[in-house]
Amino acid sequence: MCTRWWILSKGGVSGGGLSIFRYNRFIINLLECDMQMSGARMIIEAIIAEGVTKVFGYPGGAIMNVYDEIYKQDNFEHILTRHEQAAVHAADGYARASGEVGVAMVTSGPGFTNAVTGLATAYTDSVPLVVISGQVPLSLIGTDGFQEIDAVGISRACTKHNYLVHDLADLPRILKEAFYIARSGRPGPVLVDVPKDITGEIGEFVYPDSVDLPTYKPNYKGNNRQIKKAAEAIKAAKKPLLYLGGGVVLSNAHEAVRRLAELAQIPAVETLMARGVMGADNPLLVGMLGMHGSYAANMAMSETDLVIALGARFDDRVTGKLSEFAKYADVIHVDIDPANIAKLVDVDYPIVGDVKIVVEKMIEHLDGAVDPDRYQVWRDILDRYDELHPLMYHDSDEVIKPQWVIERLGELVGSDAIITSDVGQHQMWAAQFFPFDRPRQWINSGGLGTMGYGFPSAIGAKVAHPEKTVINITGDGSILMNVQELVTAAENGIPVINVILNNHFLGMVRQWQTFFYDKRYAETDLSYQPNWKMLAEACGGAGYDVTTKAEFDAALQNAIEGGKVTFINVAVDRFENVLPMVPAGGALYNMMLEHKES
Amino acid sequence: MEPVRRVISVVVLNEAQVLSRVSGLFAGRGYNIESLTVAPIPETDLSHMTIVTRGNERVIEQITKQLHKLIPTLKVIEHAEMVEKEMVLIKFPIEEKLSDIQALCQAYNGGIVNVGEHMVIAMAADEPVRIKHFVQAAKRYNPLEVVRGGVVAMER
Repeated sequence: MCTRWWILSKGGVSGGGLSIFRYNRFIINLLECDMQMSGARMIIEAIIAEGVTKVFGYPGGAIMNVYDEIYKQDNFEHILTRHEQAAVHAADGYARASGEVGVAMVTSGPGFTNAVTGLATAYTDSVPLVVISGQVPLSLIGTDGFQEIDAVGISRACTKHNYLVHDLADLPRILKEAFYIARSGRPGPVLVDVPKDITGEIGEFVYPDSVDLPTYKPNYKGNNRQIKKAAEAIKAAKKPLLYLGGGVVLSNAHEAVRRLAELAQIPAVETLMARGVMGADNPLLVGMLGMHGSYAANMAMSETDLVIALGARFDDRVTGKLSEFAKYADVIHVDIDPANIAKLVDVDYPIVGDVKIVVEKMIEHLDGAVDPDRYQVWRDILDRYDELHPLMYHDSDEVIKPQWVIERLGELVGSDAIITSDVGQHQMWAAQFFPFDRPRQWINSGGLGTMGYGFPSAIGAKVAHPEKTVINITGDGSILMNVQELVTAAENGIPVINVILNNHFLGMVRQWQTFFYDKRYAETDLSYQPNWKMLAEACGGAGYDVTTKAEFDAALQNAIEGGKVTFINVAVDRFENVLPMVPAGGALYNMMLEHKES
Repeated sequence: MEPVRRVISVVVLNEAQVLSRVSGLFAGRGYNIESLTVAPIPETDLSHMTIVTRGNERVIEQITKQLHKLIPTLKVIEHAEMVEKEMVLIKFPIEEKLSDIQALCQAYNGGIVNVGEHMVIAMAADEPVRIKHFVQAAKRYNPLEVVRGGVVAMER
């Protein structure tokens, strides 16, 4: 260890905080002093250099050296979750809410395998994460050592990239690359697996200013000729339709997309991942499309003559039967991942690029070149479809309808809140009935469909935006899959509100059993339940049992004012179904609109 | 869409895990591998993989795109005009007619490469289709073992 470093470092300690630390490092660079430190300390230095302020994780044997260095520093906060899966989901929620790279840390073996679901969730939804896992010492790798598992082997299929560090000298470069790969191009999770002896070894640390990856060069710009051709196709179309996916959110392109829609008055449909892009009150928003999309949105997709797909990937839950999907349309597809283009449908105007950059160029070609009245008839048709079969439910005075809860939440917290969800009926009702105003307001596991995602991701979102109300809309099935995080939230004073739409069922599976399995409710009846209020209280939170609308309003107000992690357990209609519904594999225009129940 | 045979070359960084990234991609996405060869490219930190696969046009397009998406992949070449060669080793009992075997191997750019007390090993290097014929023809000499090397290809 260089002595001069210590002298200067101590001189700066009185001021504390990040700026003093950076100042020290500036001086150190000036003096060209060698930065000798352990691998563990290098990881801390890299995290600081990347501007990360929150890390979620769970310690264990193989990662202890790193945790020892976490103990010694106060540049970033570490939040101890109560399960590694929750740590990765929390980092994921943090990343989605903030747009920054989320960071999680776990130990080897079971610590890592618990993190796999988190990695897969982030991978499927293209969320930028860096996950650092401990590994057994290099000398023990391959010997079936205690808590040894092939982390890079297991995570290969659910990370954008992964590293096993073989040599301390590579560690600074690998960490730099990990953050770069996670956030660039189509974002995704990157795993860095670090053997314990490497975290203990001392070496020189110089954090690279830039990455040198000749094999990885994402294309952001989009081919200008293709963009021009696409603009011509839009001008020539009679029934164009914007099909907006999660990529619009990831590329922070919502303003450009709204402008494009508005200047040419092109109607838009959103996928589950794009809720909030257009804004709930935008007259050009037709609605969400797909399996539980609105009638008008699905009909729009079935009748359009030009699909303008922006950052969307033609998921089977969106397209239904592929041969019937947008049958009469040419397709413009803008995506930063070339492998997404023409994967499932033929594309007439493929454009590889960042949605925001490409859309801004499209606007240059279209501004003033399209008569805003050109598509009026098309918009009238879609309005008519919406009048014919609007999204609706039959409210009741006897029992709370789950859709009412979502609508009421929208009225009470509206655009101020961040909404996360778990997976199932409640997720679809939230997507259908909550008035999302802006991107990054809606956080859910759309691609992988991970039950147990909602609560920890809400914790991450709240940590990113402490000033905002964060509500996890969940079900009595999903919430139990990461219920231990009550303790994390209570300990750290993270007042996330969980609204449990409690139908005493694994509701979505029950719905399929009702429709397609002749009401044989195999293992979906969740009548045996914990006392939710007591469960929340036992962990240091607050709980409310709600059976009337008035009780719901009161509970929500108490939860917001109470400032504690909260369960609001709402007893809802047990047999309510999510409608409309396109049965799996069916054509998008064949929707079940109303379930005729005896 | 009819499945077609396609030869794809992939130039990758010669680093740990890279072969499993490629083979794992094929396994995970259900693509077919007929043969896969890999060796370092001299005087570089790169490796050249030659993969023979089968699939319809959409699948082949996905294969090349997914291969390209791997971080250590530098280049993916979907061969159209190429030279293809494959090598094979065959072991025969020493009792077989060595002159016949020698003549057969010569017809396929090969010859007898090793002779032991009980066996003789012959090799051939030729186009994959011809190698298939060679292995077929060699059957009459009661081969004990056949090891095919997989296809290597170079764009013309």
